[in-house]
Amino acid sequence: MGVSEESLVPAAARASAPRQSSRSRDAQRHTWLIAFPVIALLLWAVVYPNAAVVAGSFENGLGHWREFAASPADREALRTSLVISVASVFAALAIGVPLAFLLGRFEFPGRRVLRAVATLPAALPPLVGVIAFLFLYGESGVVTRALQRTLGMEEAPWRLKGVGAIVFVHAYTMYVYVFLFVSAGLERFDATLDEAASGLGAGMWQRLRRVTLPLLMPAVAGSMLLVFMNALGSFSAPYVFGGGLRVLSTQILASKTNGALGLAYVETTVLALSAVAGLILFRWLDRKRKFASTGKGGRTRRVIRSRRAQLAMSVLAAMVVIILVLPHLMVVLVSFARDGAWTTQVLPPEYTLENYRRLFSERELWKPIINSVSMAVVATAANVVVCFLAAYLIVFRKFTGRRLLELLLALPWAIPATAIALGLAATFNRNDPATLRILLVGTFWILPLAYFIRDTPLVASAVESSLRQMDPSLEDAARGLGGSWFLTMRRVIIPAARPGLVAGALLAAVTAVGEFVASVVLYTHANRPISLEILAQLRALAFGTAASYSVLLIVLVLLMTLAARSFEERLA
Amino acid sequence: MMGAPAAARGSGDGALVLDGITRRFGDYTAVDAVSVEVGPGELLALVGASGSGKTTTLRIAAGYETPDAGSVQLGGTDITQLPPAKRGFGMVFQHYALFPHMPVEENVAFGLEARGVNKATRLGRAREALAAVGLEGAGARAIQSLSGGEQQRVALARAMVIEPRALLLDEPLSNLDPTLRQTMRDDLRAMLHRVGVPALFVTHDQEDAFAIADRIALLKKGKLLQSGTPDDLYHRPASREVASFIGRGTIVPAVDRGDEATISIAGNEITIPVTRPAGARAPINQAYVVLRPDALQVGGNAEQRGWSGVVVNRRFAGGVVMYRMRLSDSVTVEVESRHHGLSEGDNARVTPGKGPFPLLA
Repeated sequence: MGVSEESLVPAAARASAPRQSSRSRDAQRHTWLIAFPVIALLLWAVVYPNAAVVAGSFENGLGHWREFAASPADREALRTSLVISVASVFAALAIGVPLAFLLGRFEFPGRRVLRAVATLPAALPPLVGVIAFLFLYGESGVVTRALQRTLGMEEAPWRLKGVGAIVFVHAYTMYVYVFLFVSAGLERFDATLDEAASGLGAGMWQRLRRVTLPLLMPAVAGSMLLVFMNALGSFSAPYVFGGGLRVLSTQILASKTNGALGLAYVETTVLALSAVAGLILFRWLDRKRKFASTGKGGRTRRVIRSRRAQLAMSVLAAMVVIILVLPHLMVVLVSFARDGAWTTQVLPPEYTLENYRRLFSERELWKPIINSVSMAVVATAANVVVCFLAAYLIVFRKFTGRRLLELLLALPWAIPATAIALGLAATFNRNDPATLRILLVGTFWILPLAYFIRDTPLVASAVESSLRQMDPSLEDAARGLGGSWFLTMRRVIIPAARPGLVAGALLAAVTAVGEFVASVVLYTHANRPISLEILAQLRALAFGTAASYSVLLIVLVLLMTLAARSFEERLA
Repeated sequence: MMGAPAAARGSGDGALVLDGITRRFGDYTAVDAVSVEVGPGELLALVGASGSGKTTTLRIAAGYETPDAGSVQLGGTDITQLPPAKRGFGMVFQHYALFPHMPVEENVAFGLEARGVNKATRLGRAREALAAVGLEGAGARAIQSLSGGEQQRVALARAMVIEPRALLLDEPLSNLDPTLRQTMRDDLRAMLHRVGVPALFVTHDQEDAFAIADRIALLKKGKLLQSGTPDDLYHRPASREVASFIGRGTIVPAVDRGDEATISIAGNEITIPVTRPAGARAPINQAYVVLRPDALQVGGNAEQRGWSGVVVNRRFAGGVVMYRMRLSDSVTVEVESRHHGLSEGDNARVTPGKGPFPLLA
């Protein structure tokens, strides 16, 4: 989508330095004129709610913490969350690394198709992916039933429940991170290092073990961190497939729903701390890296020549392509299924356009779509403005608050969405100007705010990476030629930031329009987004309607991507 | 110049031979029927502009490319299909290709590690190899902390520690700054001779080739133009292409008179002694002569003999001065002179030295 894999990890996790130091006191005052509102907003929207949660967990001393420690359910939730996260990391590695090597290093029939669909799982909104898996591999899913019939079994061959099911779904959706990072690492890999090793007598495995893999470690570690954070904060898969299983993110919602707010605060704090601990752990593991990737690349893919190997590769590629495309196809298929008709058959027995007709004609069904789109637009617009200013400050200005700003921008990335949402729920639940609280819970604005916070790291790092490619002396040159600050912004800085702004805005809009995890904590009936309507329809066993919403969501994502691309092409 | 140790000093005949090598990429022929031979202890430079096919030739010698035609032999054995890992060659890459995640000594020891040598032994030998290139005690350093010259020495140590059967170097000096380059030339020549195996190195810089190589193979557009000693290429170029690439000089038309040739510039005819191209007995119809700056002299207008000309450019070069002299509308020559007294715009006479001058077809 025009964003480098690095922008998936926020700037604070990487090294950065300002491109230019502002010299005069005048410039310094000017810097603060922009920096103050940005920092104040982020402190208020990001830090304050989370601090409120931590404070809330101590509202009666250590009482809630003791309650947490004494609760077998909570201890189980913490353990399960960690187990799932670690297992997801390894499952994603097991798929992503070989796939990246296969597509990056070898040429075989079917490679292009496989490459084209390899990132497809990332295009599924989280909840949609989960329900697609339900339709396919659930107890009454198509694949499950087909297998059961073929083998003449009494019961389903498996149950899509528990840790295994969650890790299965995570592996499918999150291997994409590993794949993208490792592919990029392989592309940058200096091919002469491999040649040097082979010239010195090293065989294939030795080169892999001693040269290729160690040099790919930064990319691998980065993607592992990303998967870990995503898996830890994952809500949809445990919520739908968990069964009786407890994980921290679902436990938080349960406690909140039961009115045990103090306990929910403790759980939220523990979840956020686990994420931060994970972040620190990975940075520590990656600490030894002192070398930079050389970034020349230029290795040609090895053509597989043996007929038998070609055939094997093509069959394998075809199978992987089918597995990757199947969830999307399944959602489309089910979207045409008549609600309530699909009971024990392998495939839905009746097909109709009714689901779509109702979606567009019934006001109540149309509402979530309007909600999602308008909330995504508001959140994305805010992201674009705030993140642009923040990235501009970080790249071009040197001031005392720069490190703080970087940290603020990265923070939402390290805090699971459930925790962010609970923080907002705990903070903006009443009007109290003295404590800077305003009532947002129950209003339209709470969800856009949540989306804005969640997407801030993504947009900021996309813009930042664009600005870093700009020659910093251009700003000086423009100012030196007598351009005002606004003219320089409009004619020099914004055009330079544009690719990052477009890519970042697209990512933010796509994420926001399908957002589920924060929404499920904060929504009300009036502002329910598409994802929650999908869940509600699923609960009512209206699979067809749920699927048609999902298709609509996919189409929306597709349209936004195309719009962003044509916008970029027209300007570029 | 040092004695050229082209005579075998290694074990038996370990010569590296490229025999009729051709390599095509699609329609493009990168290397076109090139044959060269490097004896044990001999240094051969593959010289050419970019796109001349010199690097592809080196990569074929190393085994990273397979030729479409021709063969690679070492000590009489055909190794054309042998993968790089099995050739036992030491290679120094243009950007050195040092493993950034390993300290210096592990880099140097890597070839021994690949051969299953135990850790203590291989690190010991790595340190010896580092000492041999003047990097005692640098074993534990990180690659990133090395200067360009140090990296080059590490790359050399890494290639030599495996006791290679041949050494291949891709632009070994191109990443060094000019001063370092001068000293490295001598060091490199001495070190390569010490190893005593065939050494093949690629360079676009003829000065590097002159300074280091025993013999030079000059390539252009994939074809071998000439191979021979630096002296051969400079004084006895095989063609005008070679003469214009190697050294400075102006190529002017001449009338072939056997051991002499007559050059006419602006109506002024001068006959000079020439060396005929190898094998050219018969008179050459359209002959040319190379006028090198060091084979010409410049004198005041009082001089009777010679072509009269105007100084269009004067460049101070230490003990000598380089004058660019316009002798006619179509002929401008460079003259290297100890005579410092002329200024731009002065008239002067250019006279040929003793020669002999290279005669070309």
